[in-house]
Amino acid sequence: MSTVEEAERNASRMKELSAWGRLKVNRNWLAIWFMLPAAAFLLLFLAWPLLLGVWLSFTDARLARPGKFIGFENYEWLWDDSVFWLSVFNTLLYTIVASIIKFVIGLYLALLLNRHMPFKAMIRSIVLIPFIVPTVLSAIAFWWIYDSQFSIISWSLKQMGLINQNIDFLGDGNMARASLIFANIWRGVPFVAITLLAGLQTVSPSLYEAATLDGASAWQRFRFVTYPLLTPIIAVVMTFSVLFTFTDFQLIWAMTRGGPANATHLMATLSYSRGILSGQLGEGSAIATAMIPFLLAAIMFSWFGLQRRKWQQGENND
Amino acid sequence: MTEASAKIVATEMRSDAREGMTYLESVPMRLVTLWLPLGLIMLILLFPFYWMVLTSVKPNAQLIDMNTYNPFWVVNPTLDHIKRLLFETAYPLWLWNTMYVAFAATMLSIFASVLAAYAIVRLRFRGAQMIGASIFMAYLIPPSILFIPLASVIHFYGLFDSPLALILVYPTILIPFSTWLLMGYFKTIPFELEECALIDGASRWQILTKIVLPLAIPGLISAFIFSFTLCWNEFIYALTLISSVQNRTVPVAIVSELVDGDVYRWGSLMAGAMLGSLPLVILYAFFVEHYVSAMTGAVKE
Repeated sequence: MSTVEEAERNASRMKELSAWGRLKVNRNWLAIWFMLPAAAFLLLFLAWPLLLGVWLSFTDARLARPGKFIGFENYEWLWDDSVFWLSVFNTLLYTIVASIIKFVIGLYLALLLNRHMPFKAMIRSIVLIPFIVPTVLSAIAFWWIYDSQFSIISWSLKQMGLINQNIDFLGDGNMARASLIFANIWRGVPFVAITLLAGLQTVSPSLYEAATLDGASAWQRFRFVTYPLLTPIIAVVMTFSVLFTFTDFQLIWAMTRGGPANATHLMATLSYSRGILSGQLGEGSAIATAMIPFLLAAIMFSWFGLQRRKWQQGENND
Repeated sequence: MTEASAKIVATEMRSDAREGMTYLESVPMRLVTLWLPLGLIMLILLFPFYWMVLTSVKPNAQLIDMNTYNPFWVVNPTLDHIKRLLFETAYPLWLWNTMYVAFAATMLSIFASVLAAYAIVRLRFRGAQMIGASIFMAYLIPPSILFIPLASVIHFYGLFDSPLALILVYPTILIPFSTWLLMGYFKTIPFELEECALIDGASRWQILTKIVLPLAIPGLISAFIFSFTLCWNEFIYALTLISSVQNRTVPVAIVSELVDGDVYRWGSLMAGAMLGSLPLVILYAFFVEHYVSAMTGAVKE
């Protein structure tokens, strides 16, 4: 009798054990624990603020005071606000001009760096330095280079006899836009060049040799060999480049803070000065939320635009 | 002997492939199409740094008098600006804050990313693919649209103006990137190794710490370097979430504390910018390959 009881007890313990044991090796159960830290960070500090931001844009919240729901009032206010539209125009101008030039120069630099030359590795690592140095710190250096009185560019041009007066780089609206775009290009080119270079290095040299034997010119080799093979990586690099240019904040904040006369306010800087500096959280959030459709459009455009080319060429999505 | 000759043939072939079709180009042609544009681009890319370093050691008199002295060079370099920066401002403190926040946030996010990447690649739980894609999407959400609501969230958690706020917020920028990078590395580790360990009775945790991580060390270094640089570079969160002077990080402190109306500020501003970038440049110099592979790896995946 005792043996029967014991056996039963043993059996139930084994069952328990195996239930626990099975849970321990159950992949879904384990995965929850593995995903927990990352999920906690992303939900608490990314997803939740993202939703809250959309909600705040429909309220009249101010700093340290919860607001109440006011519907589309913030957006209606922005619709009639010429400064907001100026910032939209600036952002689009900044993004489009800077991205195109970054792409062209970046691709050109990548092609140069892909050629055979001495000290290749060293040159490549030097090229990337502008990308390593914190944006604000190089922006400060540019601020000094663009100084209205002691600008080294004005000085050099004066010495060469090209101009008589100092150029007011950051004091005039259009000049300030151009100067900021130049600084942004300066910082963005290394990223584009080095990532495209990584793509170029995967192209087999035998393809170029074959093309040369078939009598292809340098331009044809680029157009029909390099470019098609590089398209997927161009799509990704340009998506990132457009995204980071569109949401740029630090470069502008360090150099002009949106001035002169709002001429260089991007949507991000306007959102900061309205939302945090003036304390109008609701209005600031509305500007930030208004960036989302533009961002989605930019991502869709560069992503699908280039993906479709790839698909038309009959390649597999690997 | 055959082996040796095979080796010679192999190296010859490799050097041939490496040199490609350069023999088709003449020397003057190369000068115009390669060295001239490359030199010009490098000059423009490096000039701001030269200017930064030069300004930070220039005496004030030479900074504003561009006619007596050649502005492209310096006579009697001085360390006054650097001395003023280090002993009369809170710069060392800011540097320490930046380093400590960047280090802590990077460690936290690498811990979270290793677990997440391993789970997505190897546990292949239900919905792993979808979670992987959504983590990638998180990479595309820029801080510029989040800082306002984040400021109120941080107020709500009672973390405002504390370095802890930055340490907890930065991982949202770093985790998507490092997870994506580490997923790529984990995929290259042969699954058979893990199968063997599983048969020998190792737990998932043991497999991760004893087999996968040691093999993924290059990936971990890449993720670390890149994340550390991103933290150091971060501006908008540090500007919004920190309000007191002694808690600021270097990028924010330079823009908001060192900039005063003084004409003579340039020397110490440039010294501050130089000292603030120096640690990153040194780190980068030691780990160039890891850095490049982190940057290109994340894009290629």
